[in-house]
Parts: sequence; structure tokens; C-alpha cells
Amino acid sequence: MIEVRGLTKKYGDKLAVDGLTFTVRPGIVTGFLGPNGAGKSTTMRMILGLDAPTTGTATVNGRPYREYTAPLHEAGALLEARPAHPGRSAYHHLLAIAQTSGIRRSRVDEVMDAVGLREAGRRRAGRFSLGMGQRLSIATALLGDPQTVILDEPLNGLDTEGIRWVRSLLRSLAAEGKTVFVSSHLMNEMSVTAEHLIVIGRGRLIADTAIADFIARASHPAVRVRATDPQALAAALRGPGVTISAGPGGELTVTGLSTDQVGTAARTAGLTVLELAAQTASLEEAFTAMTQDAVEYRTPAAGAGPSQKTSQKTTEGAQR
Amino acid sequence: MNPMTEPALSAAPVVPAYRAAQRVTLIRVVRSEWTKLRSLPSTLWLLLSTFLLVAGGGLVSAIVALSSLPHGAAAVAAFDPTQLSLSGVALAELTAGALGVLIMTGEYATGQIRLTLTAVPRRLPVLWGKIAALAAAMLAACTTATLAAFFITQAILAPHHLSTTLAQPGVARAVFGSALVLTGVALLGLVTGALLRNAAGGISALFGVLYGLTIAAGFLPGNLSHEVRKYLPENSAADLTSVGHTAGSLGPWTGFGLFCLYTAVALGASAWLLRRRDA
Repeated sequence: MIEVRGLTKKYGDKLAVDGLTFTVRPGIVTGFLGPNGAGKSTTMRMILGLDAPTTGTATVNGRPYREYTAPLHEAGALLEARPAHPGRSAYHHLLAIAQTSGIRRSRVDEVMDAVGLREAGRRRAGRFSLGMGQRLSIATALLGDPQTVILDEPLNGLDTEGIRWVRSLLRSLAAEGKTVFVSSHLMNEMSVTAEHLIVIGRGRLIADTAIADFIARASHPAVRVRATDPQALAAALRGPGVTISAGPGGELTVTGLSTDQVGTAARTAGLTVLELAAQTASLEEAFTAMTQDAVEYRTPAAGAGPSQKTSQKTTEGAQR
Repeated sequence: MNPMTEPALSAAPVVPAYRAAQRVTLIRVVRSEWTKLRSLPSTLWLLLSTFLLVAGGGLVSAIVALSSLPHGAAAVAAFDPTQLSLSGVALAELTAGALGVLIMTGEYATGQIRLTLTAVPRRLPVLWGKIAALAAAMLAACTTATLAAFFITQAILAPHHLSTTLAQPGVARAVFGSALVLTGVALLGLVTGALLRNAAGGISALFGVLYGLTIAAGFLPGNLSHEVRKYLPENSAADLTSVGHTAGSLGPWTGFGLFCLYTAVALGASAWLLRRRDA
């Protein structure tokens, strides 16, 4: 369980994390989503007591992480792109971390076996491929059999097989009842990995929602249609709750109507339909649109006016 | 150097539970830091270099001395066989200091520090652990090195009746004291590294404090220069490395005590900052 309350981090006068409040529950995989620079890593570092919050609190399993005397049993973390000192072997890297808590050598072998690094264990971490490095980082995170796992972009640099492997690992950790908190800047990645989503943009909370709800809300169906006379078709389709936008080559994108309704309306108007297709916005697009709002909200901060209010509403709307 | 072939992944990763008790203790952190020190080739090379500079420095100086042996009672009386055997110590301060700086800054350069502090969230044991591991390694390596340098040199000088023994006044103090000073310089390097968290900055600052200040003090008018110099870190520690006593200096133990005081003050500052700064 991770509880973040009013967490804020200021660097100079720049707000990296701005009043975040959320709870990461055990037993499921929670995705932590946001564009690069949104404040995900800073938040994770504050949860682990590495960076001090300007204001607010973060607790792991009920207490601030820095207070634990058996920290590796409380939380395991994957934080850096570089998994270890490049001059040290994977085995000695894990051993040195294990020794701080009195974790046995046999456990080091056990986690190296689990991530498939037994043979490479004696070689310098600096010669590891990106994928092997990520596996070493995962082994490091799991060393103390932690209740809570905090992974910053664990899928970076992995091939398809590696991604599938990490996903099944995350699910099995969650199934054991652990808290699993995983960050990513890719929506599609999270949509198949996580059950719950926390979305941030520019350090602010944008959404805290079950992934199923997010998908349902994000996919606004639209209809793409091309007919002999676009102007006449647009006139025929206009109505309450309907939006129409014109594209190149006379193509129209219509929301608020089904393909059936568009086709029927075209026939009534005496037009020949050349192309008619249902369109679903991708999750990636929905995510980009959502975080775009957060970006727009911050940029005109100097001229605080009604326009800012509107976009703030958008963000809150997304928050539910 | 060939890129490694990636070992195959098991389809479903199985990470067994670990039920044994865990607890961070100071002695465990010391053990962890010892593992880190001995498992990093770069630190081992610097340790070996320090050893070779001290032991080799004595050997080379003794061989060179053979070509211009002192003649006449006055020259023989002025000849200092202990000093000769320890002539590599001043040079070894460079590698010892660099070793100390790198032990700390290497963690920051590689991001390892965040893993270290996640494993030891109270932080300060990491600093004590590094100090203990480095001090143990340096004392062992440098005591062996100064003794080796001393005995090799005396063996070379013995046929010419110019050698001395550890039993002579001040000799044992200089031989073991040199190892202490080298250890002290390494620890000052570690603390400087902890303050600046950057290898280039740490090494520049350390050598600036050790040698830069001494050179700068030379620009002061004669008497004042002399008066100021004896309180500077490098000069205050120097007496402990020699049998003789430089006129107007603080003396071996007072001087080394002052050096340790400087190190302790810097250590206090770095401990305070380690607790407060973001990692």
C-alpha cells in the first residue's frame, strides 16, 4: 500500500510535482502514467525517501519509508536506467545490497535464477545489454521479497519476449497480494499491464481510475464518411449533439451519430455514399488529448482568465 | 568483449518468497561496503598503485642513493635512511586521495547511490560503513607497504653501514605514521567526495586543500608564510611521516591531530548534508 497525500516538489520556482494525492492498493497492478517530465520519477523517489517533498507526505505500507529497519522487505525499487555500477559483477552488486539487511547469499542466487542471470552473474554489469540490465534491476528490486514493488519504466529497452515476461511477473506479484506500482509514458503498454491507472501531467493528477473505465470513457466513437456532396451531407447531418469536421478530399468526421444514422441520412438527402467507416479513438490518442489539457492549463498561467477556467474544468472532468 | 548472448527467459518467472528476518545494522552495512570496495576493479587498482608507489618508491630511492653515498662523519650523520625508505609516501598521497574521492563519487556517477540509500534509508550508516571499509583496506595495504619499503631499503643500505632499525627513536613512528597519514588522506578524500558528489570536483578540491593552500601560503611574506603553513592540512600531517622534526612545526602527533580535526569537521558537514540532500 502506498499513500500519497498532497505531495509537492519544487525545484527553485518550478513545480515538478504539484499537490498529488492518491492511494496505490495491494493485490493489483497500478500503472503510473504520464508524458516524459510529468513528475513520475520524482514522485517515486519521494515515496522511497530519496527526495524530500516540499510539502505533503508519502507512506509505504503505512509508514514513511525512511523509518523502516527492514526496508528491503517493505519496498523493492527499480529506479535508474543503469542497473548497477558498470565495473561490478551482477552477483557482487546484489550481494552488497543483500548484506545491508542480512539477507542470505542463497537468496542472491535465487533471484538471479529467477531472472535468468545465473550464468552472467560473474560478469561486469557494464557489459550487460539493456534487457539484461533491466532484469538485474528487477532482481535487485525483488531481493528482500518486498510487500510493495515500485518500478520506474521497467519495460524500457525490453524486446517483446522481455515485455511479456515482465508483465506476467507483475501480475504474479499482484496475485500474491503485493502492491505493484509501475510507471510508463506509453498508454498502450499500461492498458494491457495494469488494472488501475494513475495519470499525471505537469506534476498534477489527471485521472485516478480503473483501466476499464478509462478505456470506456476514452473511446469516443466517430464516423468517417465521404459522399458526392460533402456540404449537402454536412447540412443533412447537423443536429443536437452532433459534431462534424471536414477533412481532405471531402471527408467528414462525425461524432454523435452511428454509421446507420449517417448512411440513412445520406440516402434521404439523395447523396451517394462513397466511403463509410466507424472509427474508435485509440487509447494513446485519448491519453495524449488528456495530458495536452494539463499542458494547456499551465502555459497561459501569466494571463489567468476565463480560458484557464475552462481547461481546468476539462481536467477535472477527466478526473470524474 | 563479445556482446553476450542473452540467456533465455523462463516463460513464467518464479521468485520464491523469502521468510528469514531482515534488519539493517551498522555492522551489516560495513560488510556491504567492504563487498563493494573489493568487487570494483578500479578501486583495487588504486589501492595496488598506492602500495606500489610506497614500496617501489623506497626501493628506487635506495638504489639511486647507492650511487652517491655520503662520505665523512657530518654527511653520514645527516643521512636519514628512514626518510629515504619512505620517499614514495608523498606521491602515494595522490592515489590514496583519489581512491577516497572515487569510492564516494562513483556511487553518484552511476546512480548506485539511490539503490544504496533505498537499502539503507537512514543513510548515515552508509557513510560510516564506507569509512570503516576504506580505513581497514588502507591501513592494511599502507602498513604493509611502508614496512616493505623500510626493510627493503635497510637491506640495501646495510652493507654500507648506513641502515637503521625500527627500534631507533622516531623510526617506528615515521614508518607506521606514514601509513596513518595515507589512510587519513584517503578518508579526507572520501569526505570531500561526499560533500561534492562529483569525481572531478572532489579530486580538484582535495588536492587544492592539500597542496594548493600550501603553495598559496608561500606567497605570504616570510615569517607569516611560515606561521600559516604549519596549520595547513598537508604540512600539519607531514611531521608524522618523518623521524626528524621540522623547526617551528606543530610536532608529529599534534600536527596529525589537527589533520584529523580538519577531516572530522568535513565529515560532520558531509554527514549533515547526506541526511538532508536529495539523492
